[in-house]
Amino acid sequence: MRTRFHSLLLSAAAAIAFAAPVSATELNITCRCVIGGVNSGMAEWIEQKVIPAFTEKMKAEGKDVTVKLTQFGGEDEQLTQQLALDFSTGAGPDVSGFDGFLIPSFVQGNLLKSLEEVAGPDVPKWEGWQHISDGTKALMSYQGKPYGIALGTDARMIFVRKDLFKAAGLNADDWQPKSWDELLDAARKIKAAAPESFPLQLNAGVSMGEATTMQGYWMALLGTGEQVTDDSGKYIVSSQGILDTLKLYKTIYVDDKLGDQRAQLLADGRNRTFANFRDGKTAMLVEGDWFYRSVTAPGAEFAVADRDNVMTWKKMPAAAPGKGLRGQDFVTMSGGTGFVINPHTDAPAESWALLSFMNSKDQLTAFQQIQPAIRIRDDVAIPNSPFLTETATTLLPITTARPNDANYNKVSTEIQRMTESVVSGELSPEDAMAQYKAAVIAIVGEENTVSTL
Amino acid sequence: MKKFSLLSTRAGALFLAPATALVGVFVIIPFFWVIIVSFTNRTLLGRTAVDPDFVGLQNYFALFNPATFFTRGQFGFSLILTIQFVLLSALIGQALLGLLLAWLSQSVTPTLKSFLQTAVIAAWILPEVVIGFAWFAFLDYDNGTLNMIMRGLGLPPGDWLLQQPFWVIVFFNTWRGAAFSMMLFNSAFQSIPPSYFQAADVAGATSWQKLRDIALPLIRGHVVTDLILITMWTFNVFTPFLLTHGGPSYRTEILSIYTYRIAFKDFEFGKGAAVGVVIMLINLAFALVYLRLAHKKPVEAE
Repeated sequence: MRTRFHSLLLSAAAAIAFAAPVSATELNITCRCVIGGVNSGMAEWIEQKVIPAFTEKMKAEGKDVTVKLTQFGGEDEQLTQQLALDFSTGAGPDVSGFDGFLIPSFVQGNLLKSLEEVAGPDVPKWEGWQHISDGTKALMSYQGKPYGIALGTDARMIFVRKDLFKAAGLNADDWQPKSWDELLDAARKIKAAAPESFPLQLNAGVSMGEATTMQGYWMALLGTGEQVTDDSGKYIVSSQGILDTLKLYKTIYVDDKLGDQRAQLLADGRNRTFANFRDGKTAMLVEGDWFYRSVTAPGAEFAVADRDNVMTWKKMPAAAPGKGLRGQDFVTMSGGTGFVINPHTDAPAESWALLSFMNSKDQLTAFQQIQPAIRIRDDVAIPNSPFLTETATTLLPITTARPNDANYNKVSTEIQRMTESVVSGELSPEDAMAQYKAAVIAIVGEENTVSTL
Repeated sequence: MKKFSLLSTRAGALFLAPATALVGVFVIIPFFWVIIVSFTNRTLLGRTAVDPDFVGLQNYFALFNPATFFTRGQFGFSLILTIQFVLLSALIGQALLGLLLAWLSQSVTPTLKSFLQTAVIAAWILPEVVIGFAWFAFLDYDNGTLNMIMRGLGLPPGDWLLQQPFWVIVFFNTWRGAAFSMMLFNSAFQSIPPSYFQAADVAGATSWQKLRDIALPLIRGHVVTDLILITMWTFNVFTPFLLTHGGPSYRTEILSIYTYRIAFKDFEFGKGAAVGVVIMLINLAFALVYLRLAHKKPVEAE
């Protein structure tokens, strides 16, 4: 019934399309980027560098292609929601920004096709692949096939405001916490010096979506030596690590009130945490390197005044030295966002041409001038930025990636709920974990879970 | 009984066909489609998107599972919350406020009356997104108008959207919808012959006595209609989403928002459809009551 209705719609669409005169191919590209707003650099790059150069190149090849950038200003989760619905109905932009961890669930739901399936044999012939390492290729791949091209990988750490440390009599420059206790100690001292401030912010709650799981929960959980899944890929639903993580949240937000609880509960919470950091209310914020590269960059909405002197970064410690995952002293998480091609695009060849053009050496080099980062191509020079070189050399060797599993997205939502019920003071860590256990068993089935308590 | 018609049955059917086709495609088919989907574990993402399993009544059992029924963020909690929301914001809030405004506007000067009505109706006709944003700005903790007033009066500011989210949406919905009840009662009061009130004035009746003994008994039918309609509307209203997104921690997640979350944020189409079917049944019950009362009304009036 549904297919028949679809074909009816398709033939109607085809009739309209054929009736119209042959005109230029129009490509649409969407990203969570707004000039002067979130990810401003990316929007500037696409609008000012990629699109003019791409149109020019196509013209030289005798093709009339116009590209329109849709600047999506909402949250990551809202873009995901929109893309899921668009892709399921055959609508949506031709090329879209996309978070790699969603690929398995989209692929299983038949909402994405591999690049080769969409754009054909041109894909494996692209010169760029030989400049992209297998690790970065895997960020946007599922079962060995690439579904998109990542812009690069990232890492997470604690961003620190030196001025607030100084006001509390601490020297941020030679400070590196080696355990959660040292982290909390510093936070308590700052809180004592400035009772109105929120010295330590670790993301939690439903409204921040994956940012809660990545920047908050994982960063703490890894410090207990655990991951969300065990070595065989089963979800851990009840363990000392989960409990310790939730207790850390409780200490920060409920018992000692070291963090801004409202920012974790309100709908626009993540921007609140950025604003708190910018305004000198938060001394330590656990965030991704994106926070440095884009959010607080000079000229951005949350630009930190006198950033080079005021802001620094520290590694996230394990609960105690050597207690982290794989016996590490420090932990971090990596993911990757990039661009995918709509499986229903009318112009697969042109879409692939655009995607591969964006990831050409010249275009990524042009991006470096707008927003320096470690790019995925080994022939694009790493800019001379101490922040980037340091994060790359100290954090990437100890990093961890999320499970490449279609159920992860749903489990992640349950993690966000679990942290919210603790942070809001509604449930004890034990009760929140019990609720999480029941919810995850309902998602993946009891046989795919483990309890270690 | 002799049939009388301008058109033959066949021609009539021909004219009806386009409308029937549209209703069929956009109402009847989706209606049965939702019922069918509610018996599957269909989702938008993951394996069950392509190849959903028939799960029988499992979605319904999950909704009414006694172990989780009353947990916040579950169906039962939302259902109870919605009933409280309807009782407080529609039946008590909108109907009482509407009645009060309508009654007061009977005895004020025409200028004041039209001013009052314009203000109340403005709250009703403004687009929802505008209203949502205005209230958000009004209630904001740091820069909200309400807290500025509180501080101006030397009172402690309140964190309304986080600490009293349920009362915020109750108050909001009362404010938003009182206009309908007010207009309905207004026209009802105007249908009462003025001589009744004049006679009562001569006898020295107070305003309250006139309302209780003359006006209310005469507009009983209108009151019932009003209550049924605003109950149905409030039961399905989605606008509180603009203020609280159903949060914090599902504390304002009324049924419409719950359905939206399950179906279009978690993409659990099967479970979402099951909730839809249950809501449909509840609405059907309301509609039947309403139709029965509407049917009876002419008899009562005589």
